[in-house]
Amino acid sequence: MSRTIPSAPEVISKKAAAQKIVAVAGEIHEDIVKKHRKPEMVFPIRSLQNVRYDAKRGHFEILGKTATRTLSYNTVKTFAQSMRLLATTKNDLLDRDDIAGKREVYYNSKSWGECRFDEQPESDTLLDDIEAMLGINREQLGYIPEERGGDVTGPLVVVDQDPGTGKDIRIDCAKLGTGAWSIPSRVEHLRFEAGKAKFILAVETASLFQRLVHHRYYEKAHCILISMSGVPTRACRRFIRRLADDQRLPVLAFTDGDPYGYCNIYRTLKVGSGQAAHINRFFCVPQAHYLGVTPQDIADYQLEDATHPLEEADIKRAKDALKNDPFIQHHQEWQDALNHMLKLGVRVEQQAFAKHGLNFVLDTYLPDKLKKNKFLP
Amino acid sequence: MAKKTNGGPATAESMAQQQRDISVSEFFLKNRHLLGFDSPRRALLTAVKEAVDNSLDACEEAGILPELGVDVEQLADNRFRVTVTDNGPGIVRNQIPKIFAKLLYGSKFHRLRMSRGQQGIGISAAGMYGQLTTGAATRILSRIKKSKTAHAIAVQIDTRQNKPAILSDEEVDWRPAFQSVDTAGQPAGEPAVSNHGTSVSIEMEAAYQRGKQSVDEFVKQCAIVNPHLTLHYRLTLAAKPETGNRGGENLKPETGNLSRKEESSVKSAPVSVATAQVSGSSSSASGLRSQVPGFSSQVSSVTYHRAVKAMPKIPDEILPHPHGVELGLLMQMLKDSESRTLRSALAHDFSRMSDRTALEICVRAGLNPKANPTRIAQQESEALYKAIQDTKLMRPPTDCLSPIGEAQILAGLQKELKADFCTAVTREPAVYRGNPFQIEIGLACARPQENAGVGLEEPVRVLRFANRVPLLYQAGACAMTKGVVGVNWKNYGLSQPKDALPIGPVVLLVHMASVWVPFTSESKDAIAGYAEILDELTLALQECGRRLSVFLSRRHHQQEAERKRSYIELYIPHLALGLKDILRFGDKEEDRVVHDLKKMLAKTHLDV
Repeated sequence: MSRTIPSAPEVISKKAAAQKIVAVAGEIHEDIVKKHRKPEMVFPIRSLQNVRYDAKRGHFEILGKTATRTLSYNTVKTFAQSMRLLATTKNDLLDRDDIAGKREVYYNSKSWGECRFDEQPESDTLLDDIEAMLGINREQLGYIPEERGGDVTGPLVVVDQDPGTGKDIRIDCAKLGTGAWSIPSRVEHLRFEAGKAKFILAVETASLFQRLVHHRYYEKAHCILISMSGVPTRACRRFIRRLADDQRLPVLAFTDGDPYGYCNIYRTLKVGSGQAAHINRFFCVPQAHYLGVTPQDIADYQLEDATHPLEEADIKRAKDALKNDPFIQHHQEWQDALNHMLKLGVRVEQQAFAKHGLNFVLDTYLPDKLKKNKFLP
Repeated sequence: MAKKTNGGPATAESMAQQQRDISVSEFFLKNRHLLGFDSPRRALLTAVKEAVDNSLDACEEAGILPELGVDVEQLADNRFRVTVTDNGPGIVRNQIPKIFAKLLYGSKFHRLRMSRGQQGIGISAAGMYGQLTTGAATRILSRIKKSKTAHAIAVQIDTRQNKPAILSDEEVDWRPAFQSVDTAGQPAGEPAVSNHGTSVSIEMEAAYQRGKQSVDEFVKQCAIVNPHLTLHYRLTLAAKPETGNRGGENLKPETGNLSRKEESSVKSAPVSVATAQVSGSSSSASGLRSQVPGFSSQVSSVTYHRAVKAMPKIPDEILPHPHGVELGLLMQMLKDSESRTLRSALAHDFSRMSDRTALEICVRAGLNPKANPTRIAQQESEALYKAIQDTKLMRPPTDCLSPIGEAQILAGLQKELKADFCTAVTREPAVYRGNPFQIEIGLACARPQENAGVGLEEPVRVLRFANRVPLLYQAGACAMTKGVVGVNWKNYGLSQPKDALPIGPVVLLVHMASVWVPFTSESKDAIAGYAEILDELTLALQECGRRLSVFLSRRHHQQEAERKRSYIELYIPHLALGLKDILRFGDKEEDRVVHDLKKMLAKTHLDV
């Protein structure tokens, strides 16, 4: 397949980013004192309602819907917080070439008096707003994610740079003993050597990842193992994307067999999320396919007595996805899988294969699935 | 039932020995509860009330703007002197003894006209109560206009004959004088002296206690409901009992509390052996009282100034309406009639009774219209009574009433309450059982912190008045209270527990004006619940309620706007500061941004 995928997010210099902030503030200022009208902030709506599944490019593409936040009694606090956050971003991060974590932003606001953020989700949301409004992803504004990007093991050499000297550092991910290499928050500068690898296997849970590492599964299967620990972070998605693009490797995802694993973990890995609609095109892995655990696997591997009933939240998630998720709606196979699961009324975990013996999953299940070479899109 | 004497059956003769005149004093002592003298505390209030009622009635009848002095003085532990002075027309010398020392003597009983007093018992009953409990005489000072001197008379009741006994009678140079006090209770300006007026002074066994049924409350409510009245009230409480051996045991704790709420001045009276200098906190004062020999007293004074100078309309006298007359009274009226025939007696002694209607009633009762009314009274009055009840009659005239008036109610409420909202409704006159009456309601939304007795969580205060007289007892039995409870106040923005008064810092003034107020008992505490009266009460209360709800919702909007304003103004400076930091402009520009933003948001969010 030939895809036209931009290789990296548009790189914006810190100066240009600062200029953009000044421009936004300038417009607001002009509205107030010259045009005497209520200032507005316009941002793209970040939700599944405002994305389209671009099958050709293989990711969620943002639509034109925007939200306008006009200054009013209800928005005055958010407006004030936005201005102060923009001022901090420009003056303290961009102008000074500094970085800050999301939680640091939250604590930084504690010096703003009554304008402070009461809870971190408030500042997180506002940060996302600003990112979308400016059209610059937050990493480029100097904000670093708190969460870890994921772990990597396998026949891969990552060429990183020493932050001090700029010299290359070669990390052989096959020679990390019982540990693994952690994906950093910024991955754009990494280079890869993975001549022996045949595919990338992205695993949901850390415990299964540990089992595969312990038994050196990556040697047997010639794969690069990545632990996502739930929904993959932006850095994790970007890393897998760059690695897969660079080394022309297929990507397989192995998650719990439940609506969360399908619609949140896998879907986000492959096509991005509604929340990050404005930057999905960089932070997604369109070449990913879904290995398991599928609803069909329950019967195929006699897991009926190793399942759990679907909880209300699972059912709601599945129905929501069938109704609203453009990716699911595009793929009949996924609709069938979700409907199958709803009909069974159960979910199944990755660890359920332990029913047939602790190493059944790597001795039988994975080789079997790879041999069949039939994956969900 | 025959009375048994000495074991044997009673004979007509032995019974005759027991049968004798009952003196008014005996009757009074046995029935003092009927007249409002059942407890020492209540006796004090009743004495003040009767004297004030008389003074106000006299002033208004003479067209004089009333100015009253009410002086309550504790002479000993359980002995008080009540002195009420007015600037009324005065009383001619010959009438003084009868008015003050003869029960059932007065001008008001024999006419059907709206007035405070009704029976002519009040003030002489107070005098007799004083006489019976202390032996002291009722002292009257009175000066009539253009007279060179005043009469000073001391009278007692000859309790066996219900006749006044004059103890002393002199001519003195006296003029009623009224000393105003300021809000701190200190004298303000020279006393106002009048050329005419009356002062009555009664010593009696009594007790003083603060609270909702106190003299304090009574005079305050008088001031509210009589906004044309200026009233000077002075309460002097003895700080030390008269005799040493009684110690402080009977000292009411309320006397110590007085200085907390009332504006009072604590001073020591100039007595030769005075060693106790009582000043400062009341708690130390009470400590001193029981230990230090000597005499000191607490004086608290307050002046209620008049708010309006318009006199109330003098009510007209009307003839009784046939439907309002009981059988007994009907008999009496027929007996007393000056008419020679039944028909003319009916037509002339009653209101709304035309010659034709009188004839119709006679026919309906099967009586000869030309019959002698006196004879009818004795024999056929029951048939007549029934015929009257069955005949449709025009309602009695209602222009005979003198309501307080909406403007005056507002003036009265506003001058005595710190209120955010006041409204008043005077209903059109209505009729119950042939008696015209009129209901008035005043409603004040008081500020909880600035008014005693009202609170956000307290039941509303209902001030009840009948013919401008405050009713302080038996609130629960009164139709006025029932009327208030019966209205659904939740509709008007007040919370209301089931079958109870609504909750809130609201004062309700409820007034009934009538030529004959239907009290449930002689002590005149509670209004009887005639349906017509309850209906009028309900309609007036609902009207006030609607206005209250408009006010409350408007105030709610204002508070909401105020809350929004302060919220907006909290964040605008931050918005400006953010812009300033990004765009790097100066303080002056920052101020401009703040100013413009406030203006902008005020325009769209704070328009009330």
